[in-house]
Amino acid sequence: MSRPLLCVRDLAIQFGGVRAVDGATFDVMPGEVFTIIGPNGAGKSTIFNLVSRIYDATAGTIVFDGHDITRMPVHRIAAQGIARTFQNNELFEYATVLQNLLVGRHRHRRTGLLAHVLFTPGARREEEHHRRKVEEVIDFLDLQHYRDQSIAGLPYGVRKKVELGRALAAEPKLLLLDEPSSGLNVEETEEMSFWISDIKKLLGITVVMIEHDMSLVNDVSDRVLALNYGKVIAVGTPSEVQAHPEVVRAYLGSEDTA
Amino acid sequence: MRFLLRTSYGQDIRLFPFGGAPALWTGLALWAAIVGGLNVASLPLVREGWLALAAGYALVFGLVLSRWGGAAFWYGLLGVAVIVAPMLVGTYFVGQLTFVFVYAIAGVGLVILLGLAGQISLGHAAFFACGAYVAAILNAEGWDILVSLPAAVLVSAVLGVVIGLPALRMTGIYLGFATYAFAFIVEEILARWDSVTNGTLGIAVGSPVLGYESWGWQAVLETEVELYFLALALFVGTLVVGLNVQRSPTGRAMMAIRDSETAAASMGVNLAVTKTTAFALSAAMAGLAGALYGHVLHFISPEQFTILLSINLLVMMIVGGLGAMHGAVFGAVFLVMMPQAISALKGAMPPAEGLPEVLAFLVSLPSAPGFEAGIYGLIIILFIIFEPMGLHGLWLKVKTWFRLFPLYKKGMFKRQKSYMASERNR
Repeated sequence: MSRPLLCVRDLAIQFGGVRAVDGATFDVMPGEVFTIIGPNGAGKSTIFNLVSRIYDATAGTIVFDGHDITRMPVHRIAAQGIARTFQNNELFEYATVLQNLLVGRHRHRRTGLLAHVLFTPGARREEEHHRRKVEEVIDFLDLQHYRDQSIAGLPYGVRKKVELGRALAAEPKLLLLDEPSSGLNVEETEEMSFWISDIKKLLGITVVMIEHDMSLVNDVSDRVLALNYGKVIAVGTPSEVQAHPEVVRAYLGSEDTA
Repeated sequence: MRFLLRTSYGQDIRLFPFGGAPALWTGLALWAAIVGGLNVASLPLVREGWLALAAGYALVFGLVLSRWGGAAFWYGLLGVAVIVAPMLVGTYFVGQLTFVFVYAIAGVGLVILLGLAGQISLGHAAFFACGAYVAAILNAEGWDILVSLPAAVLVSAVLGVVIGLPALRMTGIYLGFATYAFAFIVEEILARWDSVTNGTLGIAVGSPVLGYESWGWQAVLETEVELYFLALALFVGTLVVGLNVQRSPTGRAMMAIRDSETAAASMGVNLAVTKTTAFALSAAMAGLAGALYGHVLHFISPEQFTILLSINLLVMMIVGGLGAMHGAVFGAVFLVMMPQAISALKGAMPPAEGLPEVLAFLVSLPSAPGFEAGIYGLIIILFIIFEPMGLHGLWLKVKTWFRLFPLYKKGMFKRQKSYMASERNR
């Protein structure tokens, strides 16, 4: 087996007395779709916030692509090649779809403030290059229709797409998707499932996602990790994990308490 | 869906997206050459002559430009209008227009800080003062504007970085107070550092000078018209810088931290650097405006740069509109016109004697102390309730109304409420 893209070892974080993530250990292999499932409050989103460095880990290490990122400042994470979406859409509300996607290109900029203030030919060329790259994402996600619309007026499903697009515009090595199907209807969820497999197959991006919709999980995931009370209770193929007695107990309750 | 009409990706980032920019610049250069040529040939033109020349030129200019693009033509016409204006109106009005440019320069900085980066500052009077004092002192030491203005801008920018530091940890009203506290310190320093600033007595500011006697070439910009063109040139420069920031990755990063700091950081935007940059740029522009302000008024003292100035600048932006650079100009026009309008109102009131009590009270109201501040407050409240995008928003609506003329529908401009925005991570 090749070297894992993301190695998480004994990751823990404590909020006051609550151990939101408690000694989580897992590896994500390059090119796979790795899904984290678990009941509400299991610590799934907290793991994402730890990996994208919005939270500081209390203990443990996160190694991405051979670099220890456990203590790296949050704005440098994107430059490492990690892009993410958020559970409740964190789009730039009063900007157009195009501008939102262009912010995704932020990690690829090469010109500095002075070039921007004077808008030198170099800065112009770079903008045109970014624009071309963003246009590829727009074509990929079929966002042509919304290109110049402000986010504030867009329906939820489109916002989800734009957020995915913003992460894709960063051309990441690892994509973190926090509940890509939440708030989407059945058709949109199906569309999302196609895109996730396309992202894996066509763009070769490794995906880690948090998801509740089990049909989506089964469709696209290579491996699944089940989390409960901040602890990893099972890792394996989707069917293995769903059959795991601990997982069944976490979701349905054990027989003696029921 | 790959066949959508598309020209070039560079189109979006042009200052005039639909072309016409080269023609605009050639047109303006041609105009400058004509005016310059007339001056060199010392042909004295009367007011009617200037009007005829401007009209003829606008006609030719329009014919050429209307083939290439809409916006560029109208901005070109506006350009010609502001160049001709001093020849057509009296010196008093020229002075007022100069102040419009002065405030608009500071306004462009505020569009960047408030509109783009979403950071509030109640300390802009400090940058204004800093620019004014640095320029005045260097002017008194015999330096020309090629030294004194960049120095004023630079010192203000550094001060902006310092005052911007609390922005790294605070937001909203707390940031407002922190910046106010800094501005208060600056005001106090100006009032007490007698040896340099002459304390509360203030200092007289000389006319801006270009060049040195030792070079054998020196121009002293004394008259209203010369100051007007200096302010105009600096305003256009500031505007171009502002627009460049707006269309570049730096501006987008600012917009990103305004709307969601978490998402911005996750996309690789360095929050500390971006906020500091916004403060520095905004302070630099306020400093430039302050430097000009001193030169135009010929006198500065600490009491001109109190919290009232900071608040006036904010009022200007709220009334003008924060969404675009246009707002800075609209707001500046408002800020310059408002005191005139109020004093006109005072003059228009009949004497209070012999009137019934209620009427007498109403008539005496405009001359009551604090009336001006009250009117400003009222205007802010009305704008926030009815037109949050300011005069610029109003202008956009008027434009849309005319474009759609018979098809205008009543509810078209109703604001839509959105219940989905997550305020959690702001």
